[in-house]
Amino acid sequence: MEAINWHGFFFLFFAIVACAFAMAVVVADNIVRMACYLVVSLGAVAGLYFLAQAEFLGAVQLMVYVGGTMVLLVFGVMLTARGPLASMRTGGGQWIMAAIAGGALLAMLLQAAFSVSDWAAPKTIQEQAAVEGSPSARLGLGLMGVRVDQLEQPNLMLRRGMSGHLLAFEIISVHLVVVLVGAAYLARAKRRLDHKQAKDDQRP
Amino acid sequence: MTELLTNILSPSWLAYAIAAAIQCALLLVVALASAAVFIWLERKVSARIQDRLGPTRVGGRFGWLQPPADGLKLLCKEDIIPAAADRLLFRVAPYISFCSAFCVFLALPFANGWVALRLDVGVFFILAVAGIEVFGVILGGYASGSKWSLYGAMREAAQVVSYEVPLALCVVVPVLLTGSMDLVEIGNRQAGWFTNWYVLHDPFTFVTFWVYATCAVASTNRAPFDLAEAESELVAGFLTEYSGFRWVIFFMAEYASMFVVSGLAAVLFLGGWNGPIPIAGLLHLGSDPDTATGFIANLLGLGNFLIKTVAGVTCVIWLRWTLPRLRIDQVMTTCLKYCVPLASAMLAGAVLWTYLCPGGLIARARHSLTIAAEQQHAPTQERK
Repeated sequence: MEAINWHGFFFLFFAIVACAFAMAVVVADNIVRMACYLVVSLGAVAGLYFLAQAEFLGAVQLMVYVGGTMVLLVFGVMLTARGPLASMRTGGGQWIMAAIAGGALLAMLLQAAFSVSDWAAPKTIQEQAAVEGSPSARLGLGLMGVRVDQLEQPNLMLRRGMSGHLLAFEIISVHLVVVLVGAAYLARAKRRLDHKQAKDDQRP
Repeated sequence: MTELLTNILSPSWLAYAIAAAIQCALLLVVALASAAVFIWLERKVSARIQDRLGPTRVGGRFGWLQPPADGLKLLCKEDIIPAAADRLLFRVAPYISFCSAFCVFLALPFANGWVALRLDVGVFFILAVAGIEVFGVILGGYASGSKWSLYGAMREAAQVVSYEVPLALCVVVPVLLTGSMDLVEIGNRQAGWFTNWYVLHDPFTFVTFWVYATCAVASTNRAPFDLAEAESELVAGFLTEYSGFRWVIFFMAEYASMFVVSGLAAVLFLGGWNGPIPIAGLLHLGSDPDTATGFIANLLGLGNFLIKTVAGVTCVIWLRWTLPRLRIDQVMTTCLKYCVPLASAMLAGAVLWTYLCPGGLIARARHSLTIAAEQQHAPTQERK
């Protein structure tokens, strides 16, 4: 009891919180409480990222997933709150289907996780301290076009192909912008059409 | 501090836990003390604006014991949970708001290197964590089981989700100029005279600062953007059903986030811990906090930072008691039709500026002046 492995302690803490609240999402029947538990679970995963010194990923997790769930909650409340859908009762058939789908995914992930030999045994504190550098910096450099993980590649021609994720990043961003603009345009055009039709209906 | 305690206390895990607790408590004290001071300031400023005196009796001349007296009164209030409320969420909501407002203090630097957790992505972390605060408000508004509360929460959701966009766009500009999201790095880049502050870097950053100020006030949910509370329309909005200690916690969160937003403005645009005149630099105190002179320089920096932050908070309070509340459609128009396009244009302008004329307006002018002076001197030297 002389030296507690605090890294392991907090890992267990966040992992248990994430799993427990994930279970609570499944068990709860109130839609707002589900969203609330989901936020706690996702926040605990962000805590795991912070623990792994991936601060950027943790902040993204908070901003995208927790913020996204917040919007989900707002719409959940707005569309269903006082109606019969406020509490969702799931039937036995749905439970079985969900258990099969979830169990299959869990089995696959567990198999993949146990097949990595580096993760088989817990590392000592000294080994953990040897893991150096912040992964977020490497990720950021990768996005900027500098692949620090590929610098040992001797073949210059091969290295050129691995110049970074900048192009992919830009393509995804532009794609998302197009989707957003398209969605806004569709929503707008529909309303204007209705307006015109209403006017046409009034004319004769 | 951890090493010191490990030497004194026998089990190392106990020393570690105590050191962690002390560090958490220090940050908590900063958050809570600033909230108490700002509540007093709000009472005094609002009184002066309304031609009153404000608190004068509790604790001497300026009523400086008013916040503890308020706190005591609120602690003694009856704790009411409405029958229609979702009891669990109703109880949890204030703590979510306060926790997120408090966690932001983790990454906020108070002086050069004086930051609880120096992150590579400090700005992004602060934006992400501060964004969770609205979750507590929405949850509280829903869980109260009251129509007023729900209206307030819905308004808050619409407002905060829209204002996060221009706020983030404004924050990108100093990040772009520095080339780093590390707040300590951003602050240090503005060292020197006040002309090095990013707000005076170029015309685009100057406008960006004001857009940031607008969006920051909106994101802290203060008048003229306090639609979520809107006493004249919604009783007290999402706070309608809250009383006593839970109500206090919501207010602590509001004042803490006011501090954070002003502190962020100070670091991003107003030079952070660098004063208008670089006293520490002129006296050659150095910047290494381990030396005595560097420690003094950092203390001066802390003073600078706190003065700027409190000035920012005072301006927010001044705004609240001066401007009338906007309507919800006016709030949305301000955000989507003015702030977002303005912030985008300023971002593009700042990019162009750094490409064409790196180093800022004043540095550029000085540079061209020195070149002109050199050219004047050069022929005379040749003649000799």
